[in-house]
Amino acid sequence: MSGFSSSSVAGRDIVALEGVTKRFPGIVANDSVDLSIRPGEVHVLLGENGAGKSTLIGMLSGLQQPDEGRILVDGKPTPITSPRHALALGIGTVFQHMMLVPTLTVAENLLLGGPWWQRPRTEELAARVAEITGTLGITVKLQAKVSELSLGEQQQVEILRAMLRNSRLLILDESTSMLTPKGIDELGALMRRLVEQGLAIVFITHKLKEAAAFGDRISVLKLGRKVGEIPPERFRALGEQEIVAEIVELMFGKQKDDPEAVERPVRTARAGAAPLLQVADLAVAPTDNAPGLSSISFDIRPGEILGIAGIDGNGQKQLAEALAGQRTATSGSVRLDGAAIETLSVGERRRRGLRYLTDDRLGEGTVGTFPVSINFFLKQVGAAPFWRNGVEQRAEIDKRATQLVREYDVRTPSLKTPVARLSGGNIQKVLLARELAEGAKVVIFNKPTYGLDLANTLASRQRIRDTAARGLAVLLISTDLEELLGMCDRIAVIANGALVGTVENVDDARTKVGRLMIGLAA
Amino acid sequence: MSIDTAPTVSATALDATSGAATRRDIAHRLLMTLGPIFIALVIAGCILLAVGVDPLAYYGFVLEKGLFSPLGIQQTLTRMAPLLFLAAGLIVAFRAGMWNLGGDGQFLLGAVTAAASAPVFVQIMPAWLALFCSFLIAMVVAMIWSLVPALLRAYQGVNEIITTLMMTFLGTSLANVLVKLAFRDPNTTVPQTRTLPVEDRLPRLFETTITSGLLLGLAAIVIVHLVMTRTAFGLKLRIVGANPRAAVHSGLGVPGLTVAVFAISAGLAGLAGAVDIIGVQGNVRADWNPAYGLAVIPAVFLARMNGFAAIGFVFLLSVLSIGGESAARRLGVPNHFTLVLVSIVLIVLAVAEYFDHRYSQSRRT
Repeated sequence: MSGFSSSSVAGRDIVALEGVTKRFPGIVANDSVDLSIRPGEVHVLLGENGAGKSTLIGMLSGLQQPDEGRILVDGKPTPITSPRHALALGIGTVFQHMMLVPTLTVAENLLLGGPWWQRPRTEELAARVAEITGTLGITVKLQAKVSELSLGEQQQVEILRAMLRNSRLLILDESTSMLTPKGIDELGALMRRLVEQGLAIVFITHKLKEAAAFGDRISVLKLGRKVGEIPPERFRALGEQEIVAEIVELMFGKQKDDPEAVERPVRTARAGAAPLLQVADLAVAPTDNAPGLSSISFDIRPGEILGIAGIDGNGQKQLAEALAGQRTATSGSVRLDGAAIETLSVGERRRRGLRYLTDDRLGEGTVGTFPVSINFFLKQVGAAPFWRNGVEQRAEIDKRATQLVREYDVRTPSLKTPVARLSGGNIQKVLLARELAEGAKVVIFNKPTYGLDLANTLASRQRIRDTAARGLAVLLISTDLEELLGMCDRIAVIANGALVGTVENVDDARTKVGRLMIGLAA
Repeated sequence: MSIDTAPTVSATALDATSGAATRRDIAHRLLMTLGPIFIALVIAGCILLAVGVDPLAYYGFVLEKGLFSPLGIQQTLTRMAPLLFLAAGLIVAFRAGMWNLGGDGQFLLGAVTAAASAPVFVQIMPAWLALFCSFLIAMVVAMIWSLVPALLRAYQGVNEIITTLMMTFLGTSLANVLVKLAFRDPNTTVPQTRTLPVEDRLPRLFETTITSGLLLGLAAIVIVHLVMTRTAFGLKLRIVGANPRAAVHSGLGVPGLTVAVFAISAGLAGLAGAVDIIGVQGNVRADWNPAYGLAVIPAVFLARMNGFAAIGFVFLLSVLSIGGESAARRLGVPNHFTLVLVSIVLIVLAVAEYFDHRYSQSRRT
């Protein structure tokens, strides 16, 4: 893939940052950061949201220029002036947010950027893709439209694209946040194979276990400064637990144990109560590239958390949308608190107490250009007391929005700030505030912690637990098995649009769910 | 990024300090709007020089005829009436993210039906009721005309830019056919509708020739602006425009709202036609098509779909078109030079927008 032998360059930096500082109005995003990126190494960049990871990536990929310090490529000071220049230098980036054209097919997306006077070399592409996906262990539907792929599948295409461009430094920005446990392991194995070929990888994550499992060298960023580095020699000398402990020490300077390890739920099961949500034989017709749903049946009682586990793209989104009313079900019944709601509209289902917290926060969850305050009430437009006789009550809206901002700890410069300017964690808080507001009975969480940093992940999980503790029924859809095991009372596994089994979350649940996920009977 | 690390401050406290930022924002907006217009005037002046016309004389003439002469300003204000209605219709559609470019067809159909109905109604009912009914008919006809693109867009996702443009060709032709066949005044030799007597038309303001339709137009655009910015209905339309998927997710009935947007937008275009006929023209001649609908689009864009700003730009457009017509006769510059001028303004504005965006991007991220 990278056309040079690893031995000749091993130990020398492909790219090095020396005292790089980047300032934005009112904030120092990076404060004299040193970083050395070497071939044959997976360099893990760890840090919370706002630690300066994205800015660092932006400078490496040519989107931004450092204010101070310099970037050395192959030992020579080289200003990386543009993304195109970065690519020419062999720096490929897979960004956290999708950079694909949704209306084009996967193949067309991969062919973008070729010389305009040539016909697209489709056959050549197909051959190379087959070669790469073979080693990756993924399948990519070249003819599928990107808009019809799940977020996880789109990310795979992005990784593939960077590899097609002969990158010798591959930057993966939160690439695992949408992959399944198996996919993450595969990515880890793939990264290993790539670095063995002499590639350098910068791997950004906030999952400590991944950092410990896949890294060779770890740099920890905190509030724009690099607070520590574990070099490969030391890395190899330490066990996984010790590495995690050391990182935690660097990042938080507080506890020694893994903060992501969630305590098992201690809940009194309300077995006697009537189910709040009853779904029977729900079916949805498949579309071109999205699986349909068939005979989905489950009950959720008050105070219960039912988890939906499964590999991304197996009908999770369809299930959530069918329940919320955004997707038409072909058959089956959905009962909320005993009353049939399957024919009701999205708005009516919400009014009855069914809430859907979408995983696509900016795509459909919010209107990015609208202020934070309005986004709190996006699903209540026209409702009193925020609107009276159809006229907006600015004061009421601001009053309630101020309360919600405080209550849900939304960090925003002002209520008028367009919501898209907030970080993912804060946008999620806006959505949580909106969906958990008064009147909720059943809440569907679709990947509620995807892409969030540790603090926000923990906060979101606590919200979900509190929601159940209040006596609401919770459907938790997640591709993060740890999350489900840590939170749910029962876990159902979805595969190809059908529930293949439901497991009580007791001691051997992990094995059982794992077996169901890979297609074995529990 | 800057937001992540910013300390949590009480949102209300911050809102109070954002007043200065808002003022800066407005100043910036003004500069970004008036600057390009000035540059466009210079460029257009160069073109005038190239065709051998003194640009200063041309601009002076436009200003004098369109703005400073008593007759000119009255004509300008009168011209504004239909333009304001059209602008109001476009504001609704554009804010809801729908490109109703069929304004001309809807305008003409409204005009023709108003012209056909008003002379009949005034003979059988009180004048105010007759005019009201004519307005109503014009509005309803234009609304019906918009149903085709509205339903196609709402339920089939067919691009409304194409369909409204196609419907506008059909609409202008149909209006012509109606004038020549159905509503033709038998007492004249030129094909035109029956003429509404001057005393039955909308009253003039005070002792001038300015039509009171101007007030209706102003009312329409102010109401539209308030509805779009202050009401739940307006917010729903803006959600549909800004993020249709969020609209679906929020439980809004997007197809219904789409049809409503087209109906309101077209209805206002129909009213524009009616106000021009009932207030000013009195009849519709065959092949009459002032193409106001397309001319107003740049004004609405320049105003960024803000109703109050749109009033200013519609005024400017009126000055240009009234003054331009006179200047055309006097200086031999083609009448269409006004359109050249407006389009240069738009292009310069787009370029300025692009650089402004790049500048603010490079500062922010």
